[in-house]
Amino acid sequence: MKKQKNPNPFESLSEELVFTILDLLENSQSKKSFSSCCKWFHALESKHRRALRPLRAEYIPSILARYSSVENLDLTLCPRVNDTTLSLIARAYRDTLRRVDLSRSRFFTGTGVLNLAVNCLNLVELDLSNATELRDAAMVGVARAGNLEKLWLNRCKMVTDMGIGCVAVGCRKLKLISLKWCVGVADLGVDLIAIKCKELRSMDLSYLPITEKCLSSIFKLQHLEDLVLEGCFGIGDDSLNNLVFNEGGKTLKKLDISGCQNISHIGLSKLTRISGCVERLVLADGSPVILALANSLNKLSMLQSIILDGCIVTSDGLKAIGNLCISLKELSLSKCLGVTDKALSFVVSKHRDLRKLDVTCCRKITDFSIASIANSCRSLTSLKMESCTLVPSEAYILIGQKCHYLEELDLTDNEIDDEGLESIARCSRLSSLKLGICLNITDRGIASVAMCCSKLKELDLYRSTGVTDLGISAIASGCPELEMINAAYCTSITDRALFCLSKCPNLQTLEIRGCLLVTSIGLASIAMNCRQLNRLDIKKCYNIDDSGMIPLSHFSQNLRQINLSYSSVTDVGLLSLAGIPCLQNFTLLHLQGLSPVGLAAALLACGGLTKVKLHVSLRSLLPELLIRHVEARGCVFEWRDKVFQAELDPKCWKLQLEDLMQ
Amino acid sequence: MNPMGSLCANNWARSSSLLPHGNGIQTNLCSDPPPFYGVGIEAPFKEINQPSQTQSVIPGESNKDIKIPDQETGKLQDWDPSAMLNNLSFLEEKIHQLQGLVHLIVNKKCLPFEQPHELVTQEQQLITADLTSIIVQLISTAGSLLPSVRHTLTNTSPLVGQLNQLRGINLPFGSGASNGIQPQNNSGNKLFDQSIRNDVPNNNCDMEHNHNMEEHEHKDDEDMDEGENLPPGSYEILQLEKEEILAPHTHFCTICGKGFKRDANLRMHMRGHGDEYKTPAALAKPHKEIGSEPKLIKRYSCPYAGCKRNKDHKKFQPLKTILCVKNHYKRTHCDKSYTCSRCHTKKFSVIADLKTHEKHCGKDKWLCSCGTTFSRKDKLFGHIALFQGHTPAIPLEDTKGLAEPHDRCDTKENSTILGSMNFCFGSNPSSENGVNNIMDVKGNIDDPINCFSPLNFEGCNFGGFNEFSQPPFEDSESSFSFLMSGSFNYAPKSGGESCSDNLL
Repeated sequence: MKKQKNPNPFESLSEELVFTILDLLENSQSKKSFSSCCKWFHALESKHRRALRPLRAEYIPSILARYSSVENLDLTLCPRVNDTTLSLIARAYRDTLRRVDLSRSRFFTGTGVLNLAVNCLNLVELDLSNATELRDAAMVGVARAGNLEKLWLNRCKMVTDMGIGCVAVGCRKLKLISLKWCVGVADLGVDLIAIKCKELRSMDLSYLPITEKCLSSIFKLQHLEDLVLEGCFGIGDDSLNNLVFNEGGKTLKKLDISGCQNISHIGLSKLTRISGCVERLVLADGSPVILALANSLNKLSMLQSIILDGCIVTSDGLKAIGNLCISLKELSLSKCLGVTDKALSFVVSKHRDLRKLDVTCCRKITDFSIASIANSCRSLTSLKMESCTLVPSEAYILIGQKCHYLEELDLTDNEIDDEGLESIARCSRLSSLKLGICLNITDRGIASVAMCCSKLKELDLYRSTGVTDLGISAIASGCPELEMINAAYCTSITDRALFCLSKCPNLQTLEIRGCLLVTSIGLASIAMNCRQLNRLDIKKCYNIDDSGMIPLSHFSQNLRQINLSYSSVTDVGLLSLAGIPCLQNFTLLHLQGLSPVGLAAALLACGGLTKVKLHVSLRSLLPELLIRHVEARGCVFEWRDKVFQAELDPKCWKLQLEDLMQ
Repeated sequence: MNPMGSLCANNWARSSSLLPHGNGIQTNLCSDPPPFYGVGIEAPFKEINQPSQTQSVIPGESNKDIKIPDQETGKLQDWDPSAMLNNLSFLEEKIHQLQGLVHLIVNKKCLPFEQPHELVTQEQQLITADLTSIIVQLISTAGSLLPSVRHTLTNTSPLVGQLNQLRGINLPFGSGASNGIQPQNNSGNKLFDQSIRNDVPNNNCDMEHNHNMEEHEHKDDEDMDEGENLPPGSYEILQLEKEEILAPHTHFCTICGKGFKRDANLRMHMRGHGDEYKTPAALAKPHKEIGSEPKLIKRYSCPYAGCKRNKDHKKFQPLKTILCVKNHYKRTHCDKSYTCSRCHTKKFSVIADLKTHEKHCGKDKWLCSCGTTFSRKDKLFGHIALFQGHTPAIPLEDTKGLAEPHDRCDTKENSTILGSMNFCFGSNPSSENGVNNIMDVKGNIDDPINCFSPLNFEGCNFGGFNEFSQPPFEDSESSFSFLMSGSFNYAPKSGGESCSDNLL
């Protein structure tokens, strides 16, 4: 930090120049340090800032005073945003505000929305999702925002056609509207939206009680590109057959009719006939993928992605998909029943340009499929094959040999061993690798991955008990960009692994659940070095106590979520955590050292809490008034009644799992 | 249609001797020439050279039809001197009646104003009505004396005024080939307004009309006959006086439309329409049609000058029944004196309308910003989809739970919406200033600071706030070019300012 001298040498810099520098600073951390350099920089940074995500609603008044020209206001970390706050915001950013996210906020009403809409005339994006209390009157407020282009109203259950009608009339420039789970909105409202808002590009109508009646207006929209009709049970073959679509749906690029059980291949062929430009088709959890269904896709000459998750798939159907005269980029067969080696290998041999393939839980496939995948689809970037338990370890060697472009690989619960991992390590672009419940892998395989895959950001080693400190330390040194690591129930890791991981400055998520050997010392080193840490799970780390919490409270200022269940943390540790400003979520089950008084104090001290999981026995011990007070601040209590569980041996755990599956 | 057309043409042909070669057939038919207006001149002329089935039917054959005998006898009597004599004596009788009435009037006028005024006027009305009917009968009977007019005229009673009207209507026919016919039509009282019921009974057109009549008879809405398209003159036009319409009568003369409180009085009145009503049977059952005597289609005219339902209107659309007349007159030209006992806002002039409304009052919960209510949501949404600037109005109770300022805002909004319907239709740029001024005035009256004070806005620049309302106003020109007056409440043009208004 510079010493303040008069005159400040930085002040000779032109404002534009500093702004250009600031434009290049992407990290919020570096912006912070920039602004703490001197008053001049502080002022400039405040002036320059366009996007804000306040940590708590209490800070908003001072934030408004400091930052003068915010365009993008993300209030997802402020559960408690009331009308007063909103009117302050509306007043402060009357000219600049363009986007407000209120999806996680509660306590505001239609008045606040009205204030925003009326004052902030440049508002183009508004997210009001999860505002389950908002009624039609609030939509009258929304409708005043005449320049709105994007509006999310997910889960606004009290809103009806009337409210949506107001929005339709008021917000004529809408390009995106998301009405997922707005169960009060039906045909009339959607129809009116489609009639009035001609600019619509994207509509999410998932789980609405709509029927075919509104579809004809929707398909008349001239610019519609993205239509989500997930779980619209009211739309079925019969109704689609009765529809006459004129000149519509030509622009549609993405169509999602997942979960529409009443649309079979007949309805689908009707839909595909009118929307010939669809690039991405989501048919998840729909009718069985039979020959006729696959044939109905023939009309879609631009098709690139087909998502069939959860469908029953016949061999004929899958083969027909293989025979489509287009080249798919993405195919998802996650949890599809009936995917056989023969059909799958035929499909992949035909679509050699596949980039993404998801065969999660296709339990029938063997190395035969994997061989054809590896041989045909050389340009795969994402392969997800969790729980393909029949695939033998040798198959993974082939994947490593052929698919060099893999960036995402999910091998959870598979038979892969070190040899396979060594081969897969050739995929140098890997950024996400999931090796959960792979009991055959050891430090050797992990080390080879660490050596080659320097871009790794996400590593899941959940219950892969063969991995020890050595493997983790190799990862820590080989993958400096690591952001997320899950070493839960890797029972042999110790503090040493944590010391190594503390070299990863970008580490955000650390799960070491059930790592019995880890102590507060290891955690302290993580806390001190990984300043970005925001999620921490130390459940069942019996050796972590208050001495681990104190460094956390000092250094991990970004910590949002922590699970302390079964650990040895007491009142003191918990209270010290209250110093973390953005702590939102904690789970405290079976904390032996915790007293109701200490818990009450911690609950009061943590102002930003949104969710707390506690044992039900504590409920009666906490003052009712306190609970209500904390709830009024925006916190939700989840009372759990779990019995104390002793830890199982990993092998034993897997056997138990397999028993459950049968 | 063709048979009729040809028949009509035959009539002309004979009278004007334009087409002598068709006479052979025509003589048969022209003894009972039907009037026809609906068909143009061209068609009939074509038909003449190739007679259709109907045309070639000899009178004996047409006897098969039920109504024919009547007409046949009538036809035979056409030149019967005894019938003529009958008519003359009828005329004499009528003239005597007329004399009596005039005497009555003279006496009434001589009397000092002893009777209450109401009674006098009522009596006068009665007399004039009787007078009219007698005169009408006189004229029609007199007309029937002329050799070329059909016997059936005796049964009909066209109004004097109608004759004039018919002259006008006939004019188009005068053009072209039928020029020579016109003078005869007018001078000779060859009434084209004869009912088509007097036509040859196998006339399809006639049947259709009968059918229509029956269909519509039960509907008392005067608008029902919009699409009827009766050719002008193919029906008889009756016009009741205002007092007549508004009198609380329940029994109406089927001939002249006069209303009576008691059926007995009506029957007494009916005697004046001719001897056939004097028979005991007619007196006992006045409403039953006498025998198979064909009747003229009657349509009614509204006495209100300038009304579309008035016979003098250019695009005159007649009313179907007396009930239609009554309802139309009350609805259109009278005060709405019945107020709904539930909502206390809706007013009606016809008590049946009030009752219908009261049945549904309160159920019309779907409200548009323009103040229109709908009993069905889809109707409201159809309305909103159709009109620009209209928006669903959220019921007040829905907004009650909200915080204070908004609540007030909403109330105000709704009330303005409802109240200001006639206020600045279509805010095109020229009228914007007007709106603006009004907004400004409002802004001045309602100090915006007050409304935001509960929200702790000390130190906010309200001047700027007011200024800010302008740019969006201009912005909205394109998207809200057709703003209803009420819509300035939600159109962004009013911006912050209107909010401040609303919040107060």
